[in-house]
Amino acid sequence: MSAVTGTVLAPVPATAAGPVTQVRVVRAEWTKLRALRSTRWCALTAAVLIVGLGAAIAGSGTAYHVSAANSAAKGISAALLGLLFAQLVIGVVGVLAFSGEYGTGMIRATLAVVPARLPVLWAKVVVLVGLVLPVTLLCALVDFFAATAIVSSRGGSAISLTDPGVLRTVVGSSLYLTVVVVIGLALGALLRKTAAGLSVFAAVFFVVPIVVGALPPNITGFAPYLPSNAGGALWGSPLNATNPLSPWAGFAVLCGYAVLLIAAAAWRLRTRDA
Amino acid sequence: MIEIDGLTKRYGDKAAVDGLSFVVEPGVVTGFLGPNGAGKSTTMRMIAGLDRPDSGTVRVNGRHYPGAAAPMAELGILLDARSVHPGLSARANLLALARTAGIGRRRVDEVIELAGLGEVAGSRAGGFSLGMGQRLGVAAALLGRPQTVVLDEPVNGLDPDGVRWIRLLLKSLAAEGRTVLVSSHLMSEMAQTAARLVVLGRGKLIAETSVEEFTGRAAAGVLVRTPETGRLGQVLAAPGVTVVHDGTDLLRVTGATAEQIGAAAWRARLPVYELTPTHASLEEAFMQVTQDAVEYHAGATR
Repeated sequence: MSAVTGTVLAPVPATAAGPVTQVRVVRAEWTKLRALRSTRWCALTAAVLIVGLGAAIAGSGTAYHVSAANSAAKGISAALLGLLFAQLVIGVVGVLAFSGEYGTGMIRATLAVVPARLPVLWAKVVVLVGLVLPVTLLCALVDFFAATAIVSSRGGSAISLTDPGVLRTVVGSSLYLTVVVVIGLALGALLRKTAAGLSVFAAVFFVVPIVVGALPPNITGFAPYLPSNAGGALWGSPLNATNPLSPWAGFAVLCGYAVLLIAAAAWRLRTRDA
Repeated sequence: MIEIDGLTKRYGDKAAVDGLSFVVEPGVVTGFLGPNGAGKSTTMRMIAGLDRPDSGTVRVNGRHYPGAAAPMAELGILLDARSVHPGLSARANLLALARTAGIGRRRVDEVIELAGLGEVAGSRAGGFSLGMGQRLGVAAALLGRPQTVVLDEPVNGLDPDGVRWIRLLLKSLAAEGRTVLVSSHLMSEMAQTAARLVVLGRGKLIAETSVEEFTGRAAAGVLVRTPETGRLGQVLAAPGVTVVHDGTDLLRVTGATAEQIGAAAWRARLPVYELTPTHASLEEAFMQVTQDAVEYHAGATR
């Protein structure tokens, strides 16, 4: 601090701050995400769920044999069953990215330094995708190699990444979770409360598909278009094995939900008081 | 410089801020006063672009703040409610804000030292006391060396050392030519720090003036010492004159000058041993001015 100069105004010393850019806001969001303990715990939990459950499934029951009815891809989908649990953890990470800031009040500090607001939303999308995509891809690959090694060691079929649909299933599982985190993020931004965001997320991804599955088929024509079922078409979710949507059409539907929710979140972030 | 013009903000059908206009000049500390619920925090949130006004404009350093290219160079703000992430360390909280403006670690460490947070910089902010949280909030407001600094209740929860730190900090920021707007309920502290005042009541401007003018304008009392307190009180009784008797031989009279009291006593042949005009303190002036504008009275008034 310079000396107090009474009523004579000294020129204001140079500022330390530069312009806000999208890249800088991404760095800021990465700083937060990386430093939060919840991020590390959630990533670890998701990894354990995917790989651990996959290895357990591969090692139990009769070893998987590829046949006309049981494709190689279907065997990998079964080994990825842990995804159904991991998606809840991934959803938590997404919801918390915004609701955590609203709940603690940090959102006021965040939006005061980025008053244009939308760069914060885009930055959160970038860092969450940048975290979840590689982490889940790594988990899916480790799961694939572990499960196939266990299955073949127990006398089952040797499945390789080049078998039809296998690479799509492995990569698709990671793409699915990546879109799920974006949907969680949008719900957190829209609802602002962690409890509300998580409840809606759990309802959409867990409760609704189960309830709809129990309803008479003549009134559940929309079931394949539910987010979890549509996205499940890409990685062959065992919960919805007969989805009429093609894998990529299903994934496009899931992405459509994410885009709509993010657009709604952007509108709300931009127009509502923080 | 902060220019506020015709600012109005409603929550439901209640106007939290109602047609407010004032200017905060650079180079001096401006105190922002008003009873609870007067609209101070709402106004500060609108200055930072966190709340959108229903009508009216706010300009920070001549510009619409949310459109600023380098927001942290323009405005540093500490809000009343906590706005840090408890799961992040003090340093990570500051670093996350600093990154948005390309501010480096050196400046982050600088404000950590400045705010006296050196020893706890690595600890999670969730475990901080109110005072430590305030220091962290002030550090965040100073990160970008902003042209304009807005602090809502910065001394809230601070120890005497911290209060003194804030006082010196605010004065030195103003002396550097920055614009400083600070709210506080501690009138004695405000009297020592602020040179100008903006006073709100029920969302409206009550006064925009210098501290001297504000206290001078308040009805100054006259202290009268007389053995005939009862009779002199009757003699002085008139509309607009208040006489308070504390049980000793002292009367505190407001609404009449020392000359008027002396003359009245002489006419009534009552002895007066002492006749002392007193100046209203900032607190007394504030109480008088905001009496009608207090939103939440504590029990019976007066």
